[in-house]
Amino acid sequence: MADLRVNFAGIKAPNPFWLASAPPTNSGYQVQRAFEAGWGGAVWKTLGDPILNVSSRFAGTHFGGQRVAGFNNIELITDRPLEVNLKEIYETKKRFPNHAVIASLMVEPNQEAWHEIVKRVQDVGVDGFELNFGCPHGMAERGMGAASGQVPELVEKQTYWAKEVAEVPVIVKLTPNITDITATAYAAVQGGADAISMINTINSLAGVDLDSWNTIPNVAGKGAHGGYCGPAVKPIALNMVAECARHPELNHIPISGMGGVSDWKDAVEFMLMGAGSVQVCTAAMHHGFSIVEDMIDGLNNYLDDKGIANLDGLIGKSVPKYSDWGNLDLNYKVVARINNDTCINCNKCHIACEDTSHQCIDMLTSADGKPELRVREEDCVGCNLCSIVCPVDGAIDMVEIPNGEPMTWNERQNAIKLTV
Amino acid sequence: MHLNRVKNKKISLDDLRANFIEIEPALTQKEAMDEANRCLYCYDAPCIKACPTDINIPSFIKKIASGNLKGSAKVIMEANPVGASCARVCPTEELCEGACVLNDASLPIMIGNLQRHATNWAIHNNQQLFKAGEAVGKTVAIIGGGPAGLSAARELARLGYEVTIFEAKEKAGGLDTYGIVSFRLPQEVSLWEVEQIEKLGVKILTNTKVGRDIQAEEIIDNYDAVILAVGMSKVPMLGIEGEDAEGVLDAIDFVETTKTPPLDPQYIGKKIVIIGAGNTAIDAATCSVRLGAGDVKMVYRRTEAEMTAYEFEYEFAKQDGVEFRWLTQPTKIVKDESGKVKALECVRMELGEPDDSGRRRPVPVQGSEFSIEVDAVIKAIGQTRYVSLIEEFGLDHNRGIVKINTETHQTSNPKVYAAGDVIFGDGQGDAMVVTAAQQGKLTAHAIHKTLMVDTVAVENV
Ligand SMILES: Cc1cc2nc3c(=O)[nH]c(=O)nc-3n(C[C@H](O)[C@H](O)[C@H](O)COP(=O)(O)OP(=O)(O)OC[C@H]3O[C@@H](n4cnc5c(N)ncnc54)[C@H](O)[C@@H]3O)c2cc1C
Ligand SMILES: Cc1cc2nc3c(=O)[nH]c(=O)nc-3n(C[C@H](O)[C@H](O)[C@H](O)COP(=O)(O)O)c2cc1C
Ligand code: SF4
Repeated sequence: MADLRVNFAGIKAPNPFWLASAPPTNSGYQVQRAFEAGWGGAVWKTLGDPILNVSSRFAGTHFGGQRVAGFNNIELITDRPLEVNLKEIYETKKRFPNHAVIASLMVEPNQEAWHEIVKRVQDVGVDGFELNFGCPHGMAERGMGAASGQVPELVEKQTYWAKEVAEVPVIVKLTPNITDITATAYAAVQGGADAISMINTINSLAGVDLDSWNTIPNVAGKGAHGGYCGPAVKPIALNMVAECARHPELNHIPISGMGGVSDWKDAVEFMLMGAGSVQVCTAAMHHGFSIVEDMIDGLNNYLDDKGIANLDGLIGKSVPKYSDWGNLDLNYKVVARINNDTCINCNKCHIACEDTSHQCIDMLTSADGKPELRVREEDCVGCNLCSIVCPVDGAIDMVEIPNGEPMTWNERQNAIKLTV
Repeated sequence: MHLNRVKNKKISLDDLRANFIEIEPALTQKEAMDEANRCLYCYDAPCIKACPTDINIPSFIKKIASGNLKGSAKVIMEANPVGASCARVCPTEELCEGACVLNDASLPIMIGNLQRHATNWAIHNNQQLFKAGEAVGKTVAIIGGGPAGLSAARELARLGYEVTIFEAKEKAGGLDTYGIVSFRLPQEVSLWEVEQIEKLGVKILTNTKVGRDIQAEEIIDNYDAVILAVGMSKVPMLGIEGEDAEGVLDAIDFVETTKTPPLDPQYIGKKIVIIGAGNTAIDAATCSVRLGAGDVKMVYRRTEAEMTAYEFEYEFAKQDGVEFRWLTQPTKIVKDESGKVKALECVRMELGEPDDSGRRRPVPVQGSEFSIEVDAVIKAIGQTRYVSLIEEFGLDHNRGIVKINTETHQTSNPKVYAAGDVIFGDGQGDAMVVTAAQQGKLTAHAIHKTLMVDTVAVENV
């Protein structure tokens, strides 16, 4: 059994699986149930000035028979009075002293407001803060959330204000609704953040009803953009985590990764790309708190299999493998090879290559009269498309073939410069 | 068993072994992933409640989907120490799969096959899934190494007990090893489960028949607790003339001969009649077909509606070409000069008034006697009990059904517990591997509760 404990920027937890600030962490009842189920930490539903929510708030993107490939919401921050939340945070922390209880905060960009809320919440005993600079809807229209999270100076200033009075670690939660997330991450570091977390939700409109022509979701026939999360956003989130993790000026600031984490494998990927803890919202909303059991068990078995004793052996290990395009080896070559014993002859690879790639998969007939698909390797550019559309594991291998000395674009440009 | 997935339907007369290979293929990787991802991961799932061992089915399926096969196998085997066998032999349509909420919406999840997929992974990857507990300094003797005994042994070993199993046969596993047809349950699956339990330090004394090689009293005196898990015995006598003829077989013995090689070629092309229409009768019939018999008939004195075999078993036997003679009562076995069975005399029946069991009593139709030519007759009309052994242990019983206190699992002798087929009947569970496993597990927990309370009481003196 590996040791799954984490010390994330000074916040200790029995494991790296935390609930993200969202409906699952709305109340003490829920967070305590989550801890009983095995979650190592919870970021409380964002606290701030009470708001009003609308009815009909969420929408799911169902894809090819699978429900909730993506999830969209137009919910705001907590709609419960601050005192009630504080009382429940206090009780939760008392019952679960070893679990991480982190308070998510959002107030208007004003020093006094930040000082006041940090102090009040700190008094009940939280393990850390997460500043919500990410909520993309509603709050943003009032100059908070993503609206301030998209302006690096505001991120820096507000982080600084929070840090002025915070006695526990401060995590800054970033919005993905920005061109380059490392810019706001850098601003958070400048403001003194102890850690950053990402991603909050991505601006989205889930759909339009074909009969009523209403937006999905709709509130009395009207809609507004919401925030997107769930499995569909994972690649976007993973990239943002990785970009921050490899950025030289971010000084290896701890990152809490989230966005589409649904099982232990997703969590391992985020950790390999630099996340020191992972947060989960949609998967818990889809299946309930019990999913954490397999996250813990699966991670444990994975680490045991690999002979890794604790999470330090995992966190950030793939970051050095993430680079700029210019550093990729132009001479590296893979080609597709079709295993006709495994192939079920759906011909999807052929038509994908023929219509949309490089026309190098031939439909042939073998000596014994059976249909056979074969790649003309000399024409294959190694794009992976055929193996992506192939429905059968092991029917198409992308195999490496020797192709001369490595040479990256950057090396090539330098070489050209030198010869000139 | 999913009949639509059954491969290997052709009977080979050249290679009988081929007929006894597992008929339903394992799920492919793709099938397993597709199926696992189809599971809804219900909360308070009805499948869990329908499983007599309470396997957390959504959890093990989720683990298949997440690629955590070790975790998946552990969830299964934790709840059910013979979970790999159960994946193959449980009547899932009546249990977990029958309860799946997708039955109405589309098709139920193939829970048994997914369970097989996960446990196969553990078998092929040589995984020892559990560890023995820290020794508590108590000993338990278990009589009978079938599903009930093994399951109790596994739990007791994990709780730190020193466990000895006395097993009459050469190998442990009970009917999983010797009684359930190979083409549904290959012997090596059952033996893997035995090995998992042996690796916890459980001592299995095979070829040791209690009552013959060691006496009941000696065992009672030398252990802190005893579990009687001997199952049931032979098929009863029919009570008709000619029953002693050569070629009149006990269905359980008959199936047993097919479990270990070599397979007997003597039935190729022969005519076999099976008497009875329960689960064992179907097994005997389908084994007969697979041994190459040319003509296999089942005779039953009631009708299709009263037969106790499951629907899928009946369908399967029909697909195998087994013929059914309903409302037919054997009256006499006719021998030839050498004492070999030659024919089975029968009389047709009709249904009369309901009997005690509520089923209409079959009564003979006057003058309807007829005779069936046979080379072998297989009796499958239930099982007798180990009455004398039970009496050697001095336990209260009802016609060989050991009486227990359903809360403490104790028999009339508080030191002796009983589980499995030996308590089957009188409303105590079904004769299934999975119920035997559950009873064994609960008996182990009950022993732990009793012995630990005693220990605490002693320590407080
Ligand atoms: C032909 C057949 C097919 C079946 N098919 C199915 C099926 O498909 N699905 C299903 O769920 N159930 C099936 N069953 C029922 C199932 O096999 C039993 O309910 C189950 O095996 C009971 O487990 P047990 O441990 O109580 O007894 P058993 O499996 O009978 O094990 C008892 C063990 O005790 C040993 N023993 C007996 N006497 C002594 C002694 N004096 N000393 C030492 N050891 C002794 C025996 O050798 C045996 O190993 C089938 C039964 C039969 C007969
Ligand atoms: C209904 C809903 C409400 C949310 N509310 C908040 C919030 O109050 N504060 C916050 O920081 N993030 C909020 N989020 C964003 C999540 O914390 C998380 O960043 C996002 O959902 C990505 O993770 P996931 O893919 O696991 O859901 C909310 C998400 C959802 C779905
Ligand atoms: S989940 Fe359904 S029942 Fe519960 S609050 Fe939402 S709409 Fe209402």
